[in-house]
Amino acid sequence: MQKDVVLSMRKICKAFPGVRALQNVDFTLLKGEIHALMGENGAGKSTLIKVLTGVYPKDSGQIFLAGINKEINVKSPQEAQNLGISTVYQEIALCPNLTVAENIFIGRGNYRFVNWRSIEKKTTEILEKLNIPARATQQLATCSIAVQQMVAIARAVDMDCKVLILDEPTSSLDEQEVAKLFSLMRELKSRGVSIIFITHFLDQVYEICDRITVLRNGELVGEYEIKDLPRVQLISKMMGKELDDISTLHNRPLRTEADTTPVFEAFGLSSTATKAFDFKIHKGEVNGFTGLLGSGRSESVRAIFGADKITGGTVRVNGKNVKISKPKDAMKHGIGYLPEDRKLDGIIEDLSVRENIILALQVMKGFFRPFSKAEAEAFADEYVKLLGIKTASLDTPIKSLSGGNQQKAILARWLLTNPQYLILDEPTRGIDVGTKVEIQKLVLKLAEEGVSVTFISSEIEEMLRTCSRLIVMRDRKIVGELKGEDMTQARIMHTIAGEAANNG
Amino acid sequence: MAKVLKKFLRSQIIVPLFALLLLIIFNLIRDIGFFSLTVTTNNDGNTVLSGNIISILNGASELAILAIGMTLVTASSRGQDISVGAEAAIAGSVFVSVLRSNQITWPVILAAFLASCVVAIVSGAFNGTLVAVFKIQPMIATLILFTAGRSIAYWINGGATPTVESPLLGYIGSFIPGIPIPTPIIIVIIFGILIWLVLRFTNLGLYTQAVGINEKAARLNGINVVGMKLLSFMILGVCAAISGAINVSRIGLINHETLLLDIEMDAILAVAIGGNSLSGGKFSLAGSVVGAYIIQALTITLYAMKVPSTAVKAYKAIVIIVIVVLSSPIIKEYVLRLRDKMMRRPAKITDHQQSITGDSKSL
Amino acid sequence: MTSNKGFASLPGKKRRERISNTNLLLTITICTFVCMYIIAMLIWGGGFLNPQQFLDIFNNNAFLIVISCGLTIVMIAGGIDISVGGITALVTMACVVYLDDHGGSVAGSVGLALGIGIAFGLVQGILISYLEIQPFIITLAGMFFAKGMTTIVSATPRTAAHEAFVALKQFRIEIPGIGSYGKTGNFIPAEIELGVIVALVVVLAVLVILKWTRFGRNLYAVGGNRQSALMLGINVKRTQFFSYLLSGLLSGIGGYVYLLHTGAGNASNATAAEMQAIASAIIGGTLLTGGVGNVIGTLFGVLSLKTFSNIVVASGLREPYWQSITTGLMLCFFILIQSVILALRDKGGFKLLLPKWIRLKSEKSA
Repeated sequence: MQKDVVLSMRKICKAFPGVRALQNVDFTLLKGEIHALMGENGAGKSTLIKVLTGVYPKDSGQIFLAGINKEINVKSPQEAQNLGISTVYQEIALCPNLTVAENIFIGRGNYRFVNWRSIEKKTTEILEKLNIPARATQQLATCSIAVQQMVAIARAVDMDCKVLILDEPTSSLDEQEVAKLFSLMRELKSRGVSIIFITHFLDQVYEICDRITVLRNGELVGEYEIKDLPRVQLISKMMGKELDDISTLHNRPLRTEADTTPVFEAFGLSSTATKAFDFKIHKGEVNGFTGLLGSGRSESVRAIFGADKITGGTVRVNGKNVKISKPKDAMKHGIGYLPEDRKLDGIIEDLSVRENIILALQVMKGFFRPFSKAEAEAFADEYVKLLGIKTASLDTPIKSLSGGNQQKAILARWLLTNPQYLILDEPTRGIDVGTKVEIQKLVLKLAEEGVSVTFISSEIEEMLRTCSRLIVMRDRKIVGELKGEDMTQARIMHTIAGEAANNG
Repeated sequence: MAKVLKKFLRSQIIVPLFALLLLIIFNLIRDIGFFSLTVTTNNDGNTVLSGNIISILNGASELAILAIGMTLVTASSRGQDISVGAEAAIAGSVFVSVLRSNQITWPVILAAFLASCVVAIVSGAFNGTLVAVFKIQPMIATLILFTAGRSIAYWINGGATPTVESPLLGYIGSFIPGIPIPTPIIIVIIFGILIWLVLRFTNLGLYTQAVGINEKAARLNGINVVGMKLLSFMILGVCAAISGAINVSRIGLINHETLLLDIEMDAILAVAIGGNSLSGGKFSLAGSVVGAYIIQALTITLYAMKVPSTAVKAYKAIVIIVIVVLSSPIIKEYVLRLRDKMMRRPAKITDHQQSITGDSKSL
Repeated sequence: MTSNKGFASLPGKKRRERISNTNLLLTITICTFVCMYIIAMLIWGGGFLNPQQFLDIFNNNAFLIVISCGLTIVMIAGGIDISVGGITALVTMACVVYLDDHGGSVAGSVGLALGIGIAFGLVQGILISYLEIQPFIITLAGMFFAKGMTTIVSATPRTAAHEAFVALKQFRIEIPGIGSYGKTGNFIPAEIELGVIVALVVVLAVLVILKWTRFGRNLYAVGGNRQSALMLGINVKRTQFFSYLLSGLLSGIGGYVYLLHTGAGNASNATAAEMQAIASAIIGGTLLTGGVGNVIGTLFGVLSLKTFSNIVVASGLREPYWQSITTGLMLCFFILIQSVILALRDKGGFKLLLPKWIRLKSEKSA
């Protein structure tokens, strides 16, 4: 292995039933560098890390670590840790009810009795050296998320890690906290720790990383030096589109409905998850929220649906002021919402496919008017055929379906409610190409029939084909709105990247 | 036909039914006449059926009704309500109070019952509020009424164990003249039909399960999560009121200390034996009812074997452990893997394994 | 969502440590108990001023203290054990029969008690930790089994007649200097029973385990966040198994202490003790959800529970039902206070409490 290389992964392949998560992916990590691993959803970065840390066994390929002559075979997260590969996850894997010192030292080594004085002293040293603003005796829950993350990093570092993997560490941090985290990362870098930084925040990548590896659809797109890769190029590589590839796309002409009352309007709408924003959509219009993952698109539409606690703003449906504070209110006004995370927010896993499909419509119909089995079956059947949902029967529990089919079932659920305004958050994620097209056609058909649709997708061309207006978001802020001729790949990517920002 | 059979074999109710069947066979082996029914004349001069089957069905009436309510609470709130015995005592005390202050006629009995229902619903709402609004664990929240409930009943009774005498109550507690089956069995049947109607003509089943399985998703579909949990506790309150009334009518008095003592434990057991998960979600009321009858059948079987009543508990415990161990996911997986190995089928990744290796969400 | 807790101390300034949840709840419990007792002494005087009555709380409830310690251990790790009362009863009966009918020695009876407790803890621990069956059901079955076995061992209550044992039972330790004046005016020194010493030793031992041993700290980790504990390298199953084993052992000890106090085996011994133990742990600041709890709090929980009963009697509410009603009220109070305080701490501000309450009242118009 080359002198500077600390970790080398070659031709890694990993497949799950029905999905090829990784295909011949290479990854090289140099000593003392901060290396970004980027890719949209389904790109495979999570799987790559899980293979590296022993959560999943790889199907084929080799992993080499500096200082070990032959290839390593990581069988469990524990083993990875012993080899010097530590991970700090987004959901911090620490115990909030224990103190900082305890979290750093628990579960390590062979000791019978706890020497509080000793571990507190050692912890204070570690905290000082890494400049972490916490006290050794502080209960972890009283530390901010940023500090908790730093404590997790401190633990990893204290365990002599050579490779530190940070999985989306900045998602819940504000600017100051990110700055603190970065200075910690630079300190570690100076000590020779190599860091794999998984994130989707573009600005941060350009601020702190030395090199980038981009994955797309389970394959390696390339490995680049930050200074050689302008932002716009990075985005195009992540999305798989060349800058000047505009020919085959049809923009949907904007219907000039500007004079009519919007179906839905929000003024200064804010929730616990998003800052105040304005929004409106007309009848039969399809609009999109675009931007990279994590830019705040889902939070905005959840606020529209009343899914998060609303903290301010007014909302109008068809011109009348209404109060939408919970999902049922939104449903009553004909709004439907397909959530981004189908597992957590979408499927009711033990219930059957049929029950999942009719659920929303059933709630709208009322507690005392259940559908007869025949009615429910008819509804479910109709959509199973329409969307091509593959299921053994209507009574199969929905958890047995593949991810894509689950997604279709949830989509069916909301289509069944005949909404006047339908919000689709990543409806095509995890769905086969053929059905992706079907769904886009469906969206256009709905629009023709007068339904307003908000369509969120990480695939730009999907949005370009269906939307007549695009709201661009980056790092939790709305940075632009594009319509008509402005809606081109290039324009979008420039807006996401931030035109004023220098390339690289 | 084969399809229906297959579906039945996989359903939740198969294990409890199988256990019940085993019990029946066991008894028949021991004593072929165990399940014989005889026609006799009882003390009041009525012609009635009697026999072990009748004892089982009769004795388990209160438990079966409570098991139904407990199933709903477990399904929606993912925990257990340990105060049902106390709630029944409170409701029973109210029932007796109203009866004692009036001439006992049918309208009075009805009024007494309604009063006891109202009180029971209130106590259910108390528990429900602690669980749904204050988000306290059901077992902890109901610990309060468990501790204080029977004493509240005692206080309602004016610090005594009052009796009630009336042939009308005898109709409820033992037999209606002319009908050879004990009335409590009939009450269970009627209640069962009522609940079945409710489940059929409302969305109680669907919403309760949705809330228990995935609260967040249920909410995003417009379901009132707090409301459903409250409702389940209030229904359990009604069950407690009915059970209390039956028990009082049987015995003719109310003793706050002993009325349906420890029945909460039996109710939870019935729910578990019935194949329901104690952490909520999908439920089968039929399973819980079968579970209730299994518990009673077990007790009667043990009595028939001359086991002293105080030692019955030990045997009950063993049977419960066996049933629960056999339904545990790890054992099930082990058995499935053995079966696959024996039939040389490739092993499938089970749900259990998938949950260990982490979510497949971020592929 | 950004946190509103800014960065901590500037170098050189000593900031007061924000108290941990465990310690906060403990402080509340201790303060409540002390206040309660002081108020009792002031308002009702009489018995409360008698040191013997205070010591009698210990004498009469030593066994409860022991089993509550076991329950605290299990609850900290996120589990529950409702078999403790049953095991206690079984141990009392088994030991009496052993001593009287089989001519056993006192040492042997102690071994028997420990053995029974460990056996229960072992089986329950395996079924719960390694077969992953719900603890409620397993320990409920355990309770049934123990209670049933008690009557199988002896159908009738038995009083121990074994000489050595009876001598042990009557052994008293006098506390010099404090005492009360009897009717004839002579000074009766306050005394405590042997069981109390055992109970206090147990409390101390559990305190050491929880605070200073690896196993004890693992309990907190497992109860705090099971998944994280796994990722931190803790053997979660083994930790859980040992928590149930310990609880069983302590139930065995508790049973023997009970026997030392009453001298008799009886199937109705320690009825409802498990719920009282749970209540004591909760009052003492142990959360059923796990990760929070301490044994000193549990000790004070027992004391509070029982002092409260004494207060209720002293205040003239003599009817037996007042006991449980007021205990229930006290429980209600503590549970609500705990949930409110913890919710507040998570949100970080008092003013957030107000909107929540208002919304409670006017749900419809929210």
